[in-house]
Amino acid sequence: MSGIPHDPYEPKTGAEKWVEKRIGAIGLVHGTMMIPTPKNLNWMWIWGIILAFCLGLQIVTGIILAMHYTPHVDLAFASIEHIMRNVNGGHFLRYLHMNGASLFFLAVYLHIFRGLYYGSYKSPREITWIIGILIYLCMMGTAFMGYVLPWGQMSFWGATVITGLFGAIPFIGDSIQTWLLGGPAVDNATLNRFFSLHYLLPFVIAGLTIVHIWAFHSTGNNNPAGIDVRTASKDEVKKDTVGFWPYFVIKDFFALALILVIFFAIVGFMPNYLGHPDNYIEANPLVTPAHIVPEWYFLPFYAILRAFTADVWVVMFTDWITFGIVDAKFFGVIAMFGAIIVWALVPWLDTSRIRSGRFRPMFRWWFAIYCVDFVVLTWVGAMPAEGIYPYIALAGAAYWFAYFLVILPLLGVLEKPEPMPETIEADFNAHYGKPSSETAATPAE
Amino acid sequence: MFRKIALTAAATLALSGGAALAAGGGGHTHDVAFSFEGPFGTFDQMQLQRGLQIYTEVCAACHGLQYVPIRTLSDASGPGLPEDQVRAYAEQTFEVFDEELDDYRPAKPTDHFPANTDAGAPDLSLMAKARAGFHGPYGTGLSQLINGMGGAEHIYSILVGYTGEEKEEAGTIFYENTAFDGGWISMAPPLYGEDVEYADGHSNSLHHESEDVAAFLMWAAEPKMMARKQAGFVGVIFLTILTVLLYATNKRIWKPIKKAAKES
Repeated sequence: MSGIPHDPYEPKTGAEKWVEKRIGAIGLVHGTMMIPTPKNLNWMWIWGIILAFCLGLQIVTGIILAMHYTPHVDLAFASIEHIMRNVNGGHFLRYLHMNGASLFFLAVYLHIFRGLYYGSYKSPREITWIIGILIYLCMMGTAFMGYVLPWGQMSFWGATVITGLFGAIPFIGDSIQTWLLGGPAVDNATLNRFFSLHYLLPFVIAGLTIVHIWAFHSTGNNNPAGIDVRTASKDEVKKDTVGFWPYFVIKDFFALALILVIFFAIVGFMPNYLGHPDNYIEANPLVTPAHIVPEWYFLPFYAILRAFTADVWVVMFTDWITFGIVDAKFFGVIAMFGAIIVWALVPWLDTSRIRSGRFRPMFRWWFAIYCVDFVVLTWVGAMPAEGIYPYIALAGAAYWFAYFLVILPLLGVLEKPEPMPETIEADFNAHYGKPSSETAATPAE
Repeated sequence: MFRKIALTAAATLALSGGAALAAGGGGHTHDVAFSFEGPFGTFDQMQLQRGLQIYTEVCAACHGLQYVPIRTLSDASGPGLPEDQVRAYAEQTFEVFDEELDDYRPAKPTDHFPANTDAGAPDLSLMAKARAGFHGPYGTGLSQLINGMGGAEHIYSILVGYTGEEKEEAGTIFYENTAFDGGWISMAPPLYGEDVEYADGHSNSLHHESEDVAAFLMWAAEPKMMARKQAGFVGVIFLTILTVLLYATNKRIWKPIKKAAKES
């Protein structure tokens, strides 16, 4: 599976030979686990394992929760309370599942931003990157529909607002919205299909994850230096890499255990901190909450959605030039999905041939601003759309698009990269060599 | 790496702070030091029993508690009443509609507290989780991070927040309340102090009664809180041990690789 030369699997015992002759499964697992991995990977490369764990956690807890949950508008809210009060350990399972979604998204954002900084999307890893974006989209869908299932006030009104986005599409929007909801408004049909899809999509994510791993096992991992593993001979490969097992498996498990300490503290001591109190009020179509706020992990995109109001000149111009087909509402929807589409297109928007941001002096600053931009958008997404907040959101959204559509294409032309280490081995040795030879730009543990 | 950790931490804080801000309601909430706050906080059984008395004698006139099974009153991590006492309480206090009998009958411990929609008052089963309290200091939400979301504090603040002012609007009387979002609430002041006689001789001032019933409603909303904290704590201990072991293992297996790098 790997493009990097390494020792193939040799069945040793009789049983192994018997199985391997009939199905190459052991060899496949062996090849996956023993993949030569650049030895200079730093701590930002742990998030993949965390994400795999999150997917497993959500599927296992979710399947058990589904055994006790009832997808019906009259019973859903009560069945959650049944889980919280009567099911053995149900309260803890549910809080694990609830907060597991937050851990999942925290990890995926760090994973994505790691990729953006170290240029993991650049040739030849474009397909890995695009599959990753597809996984992220599936995660958004799954999380959104999962949040609807408890049938609280935020569930109901969140569903109403988000499905309303599709209603903003010109001409066919209303039909699409009705089709999605299974009726004119969010109701029992909506809840039922959301439950069904919430159960289905994680398995789609699992399938995509396998393709994601397959893809980067074909190219080999990127690394903090952004340079390729030498593949001329097995000897060179050995100098640049170590096996995924045991070196990175143990390292990643250590990181996972540490993160789980914090995660269990949150689940045990403050499980509702990241939630919204309104979701403990049963859904009521007649009462609209004062502020409809999505879960924290959607806030940056929610901020972009709301940033483009009808009084922004770009929106006014678009409205005018399209004879009102693209109004402010639809513009916001385009902007929100566009914010993810530019992620998907970044392999072609970034013109620099240097992968790692460590050797790109100008890029580093623009990237830091982009990280701050993401945090600011998250914050402003939770604020009411009044006063100064819409302006902050607009500035944040503008920088988002400027970063991908203007800054990244230009930087590749304007920027003069810093000198890079010759090999991964040199990069690793520079970091772990004698203290006097400290030359690495950023420490890579 | 440290810059990245700092960035991550800042991002996480900003995110959670934002969420907590969004969760806050209007009105002023008092910061009450409840026994169940914090990672090691537990319910005060006597307080829950006093709160149950207030709920039964005052709140139940208008408010239901439909998600709470009466039998859970004997939970050791709840009010912890003896089972025969719970049976007697159920029979003497509530009548429930039995579909098989097609008639009302005295409640049994296996029944839930009845719903009560007569006065249009909201159900109180989850009220202590459906409201957020004090989200300071300075709107950072740090109090909620340590003490919980503060729904019980909100309930307490409502009960002691009446100013005595009234106004009539479209035939409904509204009462001014410093804790209520918007400042005017349609619920008449339910407690004045000395509304009930406590069997344990505890003070029945307005302040104490409000605290007791708020604590009881916190238990009603989150009856498994003590089990949850215990499970969380056990999880944290075992995972910490696992983390230390994995740290040592990781150091050990990387040692020859790093040594070779040093010698190069």
